[in-house]
Amino acid sequence: MLFGYAWDTSSNWAFAVSILPILLQGMIVTLEATVLGFFIAAVLGLIFAVLRAVPLRLVSWPTIFIVEFFRDTPLLIQLFFLYFVLPEYGLLLPAFLTGAVALGVQYSAYTSEVYRAGLEAVDRGQGEASRALNLPPAHTFIKIILPQAIPRIIPALGNYLISIMKDVPVLSVVTVVEMLNVAKIIGDRTFQYMIPLTMVGALYLIMTLLASYLVRTLDNRLPTQGIPLK
Amino acid sequence: MTDTLVKFDRVTKRFGDFTVLKDLDFEVKKGEKVTIIGPSGSGKSTVLRVLMTLEPINEGVVYVDGRPLWHEEKNGRLVPAGEAHLREMRRSLGMVFQQFNLFPHMTVRRNLIEAPVRVLGLSRKEANKRAEELLAMVGLTDQADKYPQQLSGGQQQRVGIARALAMRPQVLLFDEPTSALDPELVGDVLKVIQQLAEEHDLTMLLVTHEMDFARQISDRVCFFDQGTVCEEGPPEQIFKTPKNQRTREFLHAVLHPNE
Amino acid sequence: MWDYLPALMQGAWITLELTFWSTLAGAFCSFFFGLGRGSRNLLLKSVSVAYIEVFRGTSLLVQMFWIFFALPLMGVRMSPMTAGILALSLNIGAYGAEVVRGAIQSVIRSQYEAAKALNFTPRQALWFIALPQALPEMLPPFGNLIIQNLKDTALVSLITLSDLAFRAESLRNLTQDSTTIYTLVLFMYFGMALMLTAIMKLLERRVGRWRGTGAR
Ligand SMILES: Nc1ncnc2c1ncn2[C@@H]1O[C@H](COP(=O)(O)OP(=O)(O)OP(=O)(O)O)[C@@H](O)[C@H]1O
Ligand SMILES: [Mg+2]
Repeated sequence: MLFGYAWDTSSNWAFAVSILPILLQGMIVTLEATVLGFFIAAVLGLIFAVLRAVPLRLVSWPTIFIVEFFRDTPLLIQLFFLYFVLPEYGLLLPAFLTGAVALGVQYSAYTSEVYRAGLEAVDRGQGEASRALNLPPAHTFIKIILPQAIPRIIPALGNYLISIMKDVPVLSVVTVVEMLNVAKIIGDRTFQYMIPLTMVGALYLIMTLLASYLVRTLDNRLPTQGIPLK
Repeated sequence: MTDTLVKFDRVTKRFGDFTVLKDLDFEVKKGEKVTIIGPSGSGKSTVLRVLMTLEPINEGVVYVDGRPLWHEEKNGRLVPAGEAHLREMRRSLGMVFQQFNLFPHMTVRRNLIEAPVRVLGLSRKEANKRAEELLAMVGLTDQADKYPQQLSGGQQQRVGIARALAMRPQVLLFDEPTSALDPELVGDVLKVIQQLAEEHDLTMLLVTHEMDFARQISDRVCFFDQGTVCEEGPPEQIFKTPKNQRTREFLHAVLHPNE
Repeated sequence: MWDYLPALMQGAWITLELTFWSTLAGAFCSFFFGLGRGSRNLLLKSVSVAYIEVFRGTSLLVQMFWIFFALPLMGVRMSPMTAGILALSLNIGAYGAEVVRGAIQSVIRSQYEAAKALNFTPRQALWFIALPQALPEMLPPFGNLIIQNLKDTALVSLITLSDLAFRAESLRNLTQDSTTIYTLVLFMYFGMALMLTAIMKLLERRVGRWRGTGAR
């Protein structure tokens, strides 16, 4: 019995059917963690990308180091660090929130790179042309550079959203009851691991296929207005 | 000496709805040097690519040395050929590409040795000897251990010619071998081709826009237009007294571009 | 702080071993299934596609748990080390297979035409012409995957392997000195990642020697 649903072990099929609603409860947590983690990553990454572009080495170099550090260390350790170290300094977050922050921190390293690459891919000449026309810098950035960079940035961010989704099970180690954790609990109680774990795998496959389909559709729908991508 | 080596028999080649070669009849004799000229898009490259088995045909039969190139005989009927037949037929053909298409990850020497060793089964020693001879012929003995990117375009194309010759083909196809080159490098490559034409009984089929050169080396010039041979004949006749109106217009446009 | 080092170093050694073997096996999977995906053999092709989709489409931890908890119930038993290496290499191999496929596809068509004109078989063209040219193309993404793999090894601590992450957790249980231990461990992973990056950079320079070798 979990989340008020009982399982039926009379046959494999009945078992699978009976635990599906339980797994779906876990899936909701997985999706919530994905969205929150992605949001944090998107914002934090943007901050890093901006700090990195500051023409002051005192700012840009430490940023580069931090981003590299976040990228090169495991999510699991970052998660443990946040989960065990922050409370020692009086910051007590719920496990779910800690997990989402860890996902955000890990992936901010990747998203900041996405922003940087997206902006850099916009032909340098575009900026120069705009200056030659005597447009103010803010206008250049908002009206000229950004619209061309966004169609590159969005799909890349979408792919990291999918990666984050696949990393959510790591949060189970700090007691977040996401989908894999649910399956593990069911397995521990019924000694049947095969069915719940296979179902989680299948559900993941469905989620990622669906998500990549959505990202691709979004990619095709974005108004590229004759901007030469690639 | 008058044997036919290459023969296109009512060959049609289409890309989708677009017909590139229309019922093409065309012959090349053993040892003959034939130049193909004609406007852009008239199907000159396609003829060579069909011969090199890079593009399949839709209708008709191509013969090389009397044997169908794209077909095999089965129970007295011609059926589309399998890979084994194509491989066998390809042994008599070689090609020099407009963009050289050298293998960038191999030195010049390995570019020349690789196919003779792997395809013809020559020993490395034999292949190397052959490579040295060919490099001497194209004047690149001292470049053998460089990578293609380290050579000038003209040098690369001479390697391209040597590479094709290393396979000892009966027919050598040249698709605009000098049009990717800077003007000052064209001469070296043409000299090599001319030497080849004069000293060997190799059959050569050459697409080019170098009209003077075509006049010098060819036994016959074919003017292509819209996928067929519009007019053909000895170079003197084609260049001096073209019979066909379109040939005249084309030659006029090419030889006197500023009028 | 120095008291922790011996235990952590032992863990780091296990982490490196895991990274090494799973990268090696993962590279094998990458080439096998990456080439398999482009094969004309329909069986090999569909197996490769299925493998790539399943392992890229699901979570590594799910795969690891499946191999560690579910497989033994079907009678397939293996040590945590084997299970860990298997899961890591199958996972990284699926991403690597896409790298291999992409790199081979990036070899321009005219190279295949030149190979054909010299009468290479399609297989020879693949092995001697396309693959060597694709290799330098593959190395940078492979480098990223190896770092990814290093980080992923931390997850094997969850199936009882005593790697660096596992040692850290046991030490924390023992001493409650989270700050020191996890800071130390983070920097150890960082150091290992920098080391691997350096190795890959060296390799890239060696393998791509024929590219951009001087101007004309
Ligand atoms: N792979 C292809 N798919 C579709 N159309 C093609 C293809 N290759 C060639 N064509 C078309 O076939 C026609 C003949 O091409 P071909 O390359 O033989 O011309 P060409 O006489 O060599 O011209 P050029 O002097 O420009 O090289 C052209 O109109 C070209 O656009
Ligand atoms: Mg052409």
